[in-house]
Amino acid sequence: MIHFTVNGKPHSVDVPKDTPLLWVLRDHLRLTGTKFGCGESFCGACTVHIDGKPAKACSVEVGGMAGKSVTTIEGIQGAVIEALRATWAELDVPQCGYCHSGQLMRAAALLAGNPKPSDEQIDTAMNGNLCRCATYQRIRDGIHAAAQRLSA
Amino acid sequence: MNTLQDPARRDFIKAGAALGAGLTLGFHLNSARAAKLSLPTPAGEAFAPNAFIRITPDGAVTVLVKHLEMGQGVNTGLPALVAEELEVPWKDIRVESAPADHTLYNNLLWGPMQGTGGSTAMANSYAQLRKAGATAREMLKEAAAQSWKVDRAGLKAEAGFVIDPASGRRLSYGQLAQAAALLEVPDQVELKAAKDFKVIGKGFKRTDTQAKSDGSALFGLDLYLDGMLTAVVARPARFGDKLKSFNTDKALAVPGVKAVFATPAGVAVVATDTWSAIKGREALTLEWEPGPGAGLSTESIFASYRDLAKKPGAVARDDGDATKALAGAAKKIGAEFEVPYLAHAPMEPLNCVAHVKEDGCDIWTGDQFQTGDQRNAAQVLGIAPEKVRIHTMFAGGSFGRRANTQSDYIVEGVAIAKRMGVPVKTMWTREDDIHGGFYRPCYLHTLEAGLDDKGHPVAWKHRIVGQSIVAGTSFEGGMVKNGVDHTSVEGASSLPYAIANLHVDLHSPKLPVPVLWWRSVGSTHTAFATEVFLDELAHAAGADPVEFRRKLLKEHPRHLGVLNLAADKAGWGKPLPTGWGRGVAVHESFNSYVAEVVEVSVKPDGEFKVERVVCAVDCGIAVTPDVVKAQMEGGIGFGLAAALHSAVTLKDGRAVQSNFDDYRVLRMKEMPRVEVHIVASEAPPTGVGEPGVPPIAPAVTNALFAATGKRLRKLPLGTKVV
Repeated sequence: MIHFTVNGKPHSVDVPKDTPLLWVLRDHLRLTGTKFGCGESFCGACTVHIDGKPAKACSVEVGGMAGKSVTTIEGIQGAVIEALRATWAELDVPQCGYCHSGQLMRAAALLAGNPKPSDEQIDTAMNGNLCRCATYQRIRDGIHAAAQRLSA
Repeated sequence: MNTLQDPARRDFIKAGAALGAGLTLGFHLNSARAAKLSLPTPAGEAFAPNAFIRITPDGAVTVLVKHLEMGQGVNTGLPALVAEELEVPWKDIRVESAPADHTLYNNLLWGPMQGTGGSTAMANSYAQLRKAGATAREMLKEAAAQSWKVDRAGLKAEAGFVIDPASGRRLSYGQLAQAAALLEVPDQVELKAAKDFKVIGKGFKRTDTQAKSDGSALFGLDLYLDGMLTAVVARPARFGDKLKSFNTDKALAVPGVKAVFATPAGVAVVATDTWSAIKGREALTLEWEPGPGAGLSTESIFASYRDLAKKPGAVARDDGDATKALAGAAKKIGAEFEVPYLAHAPMEPLNCVAHVKEDGCDIWTGDQFQTGDQRNAAQVLGIAPEKVRIHTMFAGGSFGRRANTQSDYIVEGVAIAKRMGVPVKTMWTREDDIHGGFYRPCYLHTLEAGLDDKGHPVAWKHRIVGQSIVAGTSFEGGMVKNGVDHTSVEGASSLPYAIANLHVDLHSPKLPVPVLWWRSVGSTHTAFATEVFLDELAHAAGADPVEFRRKLLKEHPRHLGVLNLAADKAGWGKPLPTGWGRGVAVHESFNSYVAEVVEVSVKPDGEFKVERVVCAVDCGIAVTPDVVKAQMEGGIGFGLAAALHSAVTLKDGRAVQSNFDDYRVLRMKEMPRVEVHIVASEAPPTGVGEPGVPPIAPAVTNALFAATGKRLRKLPLGTKVV
């Protein structure tokens, strides 16, 4: 039995310790907003926050999660994600949308640590999050617009 | 799945058009029919004047979308057509995916099939959905007219209400829904004039952004049903291998694994959850009998293609006498172009949830060929197609991969679910996806051309070698004529430039590597070869690349229009920083015209970056201008991935690449600034999902030539000119 917190609620799961956090979130807790894209931490579709830091859930074993706190796209709250969601809507950033839970979780972590990132800082922070629809330009613009909103 | 101008396709289109007439006859969808179709019918008497619109007494207006939303915006653009004619505020529109039904929802451009592809969703729906909306509007007006005992002609529909301007009375569509449902459906309705449009061509938002920003959007992989099991399949690593023997002991010993059995494709491992299934598959011991693909390598394939390219192929176009004109030309040049196999690699790996029951089968997936998949699934189960109910989910991209006449990932999922008797999600890992074939074929192009003493091109000979996408599929009859698969030559056989002696021919060798269309199909490679080679001609003639094209496009105003717009907006001819270069390409695909001007910067060591892309598009009326822009931006980024990085190479019959570390795609840092300009047009809407892709690879290549003087002719280019 592994005990940890997901989106503020305590959870206990009885699964092999090498099970990736991603499949625990999806298969066991039915939090399907966190996506499977590659299973090898190459694409970032599974980005969540563990104790406030962005992490790729496909490459984190649930055995190491005891006592930790996980936040997913379903549970993230606060001014930063609200600003990002607002600019995502304003600019209609997603196309197929599959990678955007991960994009938003990564972008929220960026803005939490750097309220006014440059293009280059955005590109560096977001480079691990793939989008096959190539919505990158709007992601960049959306992050800038959210930063502006937060500083207003 | 290709441009619709091709004469060889006329019969095909006629078949689709005939079905369109049938659709109109069957336009009225009564509630009994709706129930039979298992349309989601809400409580209360719904007004469903046709298969696309449902208005309930609570005033909700639901539009049923017959196409797959895979990012290209059909769940926005198609409802917009209804909102326009029906006079409903955009915010009040709800969207649902239509069920699979070949009597109601065929693609009118290339059916008979309900399916999405060839950038046709808007083009084939434009008249159909506007008529659907206008019909509902007139019936609601008639219901109000009867209630008020006035003439319908004097009434107005506005923002979800029917209004009597004479008296000021008004009734909402919700209030009128039940009465309207009892009326006859009119045969003729008047569509709005373009000058009265409130939605079409205006700024409005996508219907799916919120759900795609809070994790609530449901893709196929997100479906979980009670008692559902998860399956993965071990498929042969070499194309064409057959299973010789397998041992299930270790796999069955993995906790959670419920069953292991052979399927036509390989060996399925079914478990209570994904990780158990994956671990079970890793524990399998498998032995494969080498098949016809065992010795294949990328080198051996291209060597055989080079041999083939020495011989004449099946003729796709033959104007004048290219051989004679070439012999007499003042200047001759020749070049060879090479493009690799490409995987589609949509972000959502393939998956299919199926539940086979006594009364039929339910399938949940991001389904692109609904009625084709329905028929193939029915065949596997030995039941009637209408007993297969397709529930179309959001697709996390497709780029052609889900549009497979063989329904490979669906029939496999259905067979596994039948065996298990409970709902089963069959899913692919990324490695399964990259190794799984159904690639964009690799191609070799050889080109020769001659210029006269004034630098005008007088001869053009183009030979293409590569596998046929449609050979052996249900599309073969319509798309292969006189040995020429139209999808292999489109963009080359339709070369718009005024060259009097022009010859295009094709070899379609057969190989055991499964191939498929990939976003923009033939134009993915023909635009690269033709637009780079044309640049070579301009250089040989000592002409400016834009000016050279302008002279040859005098008879093609829409090509010329986008070329001039892109060149103008990009500041063609203006100075650039040292080490930078500018390149252009223009190409028509899916009846839309796109020009792209690219700026690259090259460092002294040859490392380069694509800095800026200026794109001009003529797609007829832009129903959803921001979606058009997004599709151009995305098409450019998708095409740039293939231009710079992506390739599946074969060695000893196996795909060398397996995940995003070695099958590289575009990342954030490499995304250039993209500016999109839409040509104002009153022509009917044409495709936008694919036409942004073809010009980017040649435009980048031409810009690199301008910057470095080095001419690259093989994709992917990498990020360094050496």
